[in-house]
Amino acid sequence: MAYEVNGTTVEHDEEGYLTDINEWNEAIALEIAKGQDLEMNEERWEVVNFLRNYYDEYQVAPAIRVLTKALAKTMGPEKGNNKYLYELFPYGPAKQACMIAGLPKPTGCI
Amino acid sequence: MSEAKKFLYVNRRAPYGTIYALESLEVVLIGAAFDQDVSLAFIDDGVFQIAKGQDTKSLGVKNFSPTYRALGDYGVTKLYVEKESLAERGLTEDDLMPIIYEDENDNFAEKPSLIFVDRAEMAKMMSEQDIVLSF
Repeated sequence: MAYEVNGTTVEHDEEGYLTDINEWNEAIALEIAKGQDLEMNEERWEVVNFLRNYYDEYQVAPAIRVLTKALAKTMGPEKGNNKYLYELFPYGPAKQACMIAGLPKPTGCI
Repeated sequence: MSEAKKFLYVNRRAPYGTIYALESLEVVLIGAAFDQDVSLAFIDDGVFQIAKGQDTKSLGVKNFSPTYRALGDYGVTKLYVEKESLAERGLTEDDLMPIIYEDENDNFAEKPSLIFVDRAEMAKMMSEQDIVLSF
């Protein structure tokens, strides 16, 4: 299974997570988001970029409560809460935002 | 909710070559969601799991050592390291990664997560646990 972006194909698993995180780019992110019926706006990019930075630093996709806590600290409580994140990513911020960010499925994500 | 139990995850094997170290770390991350009183112990070759400067390029496996530095975000802030195990391997405290956590009850002050104990102190700490999981 693969995403087709600008004439190149990028492999993904049965759920849609990229097989190789190094193949990620913004065009692929847009394609994954389209498949999730999500339009990438500034707020969604902010979360996706935050996840990518977190993964880069710690080699792990943060659990949802770790994500909300970290967002609250760096971007304020109005963004670091479940309601805000679920409005941006209705099928689960960890699931959808991580997928768009090209990260593996978060450990312990159900 | 019932009272939190004291969980200890004991790590005694080198980080690569077997799956034990990574599996232990993943169980800790998943288990962190249950708000228990979690500690980790690093004994024998387990101390290599938190050694500085790990490079797995020639092994062709992922270097997951940066993930230990994320444990503080998961509320896991007590990492006991046995002094004898370090000494027997020619290691000192400076050969380990600095692992810190932010104390929410102390204005997010950064505090060290590594606690260096000798064998007797480690045994005492183990005897005070409700559940011990060995990897």
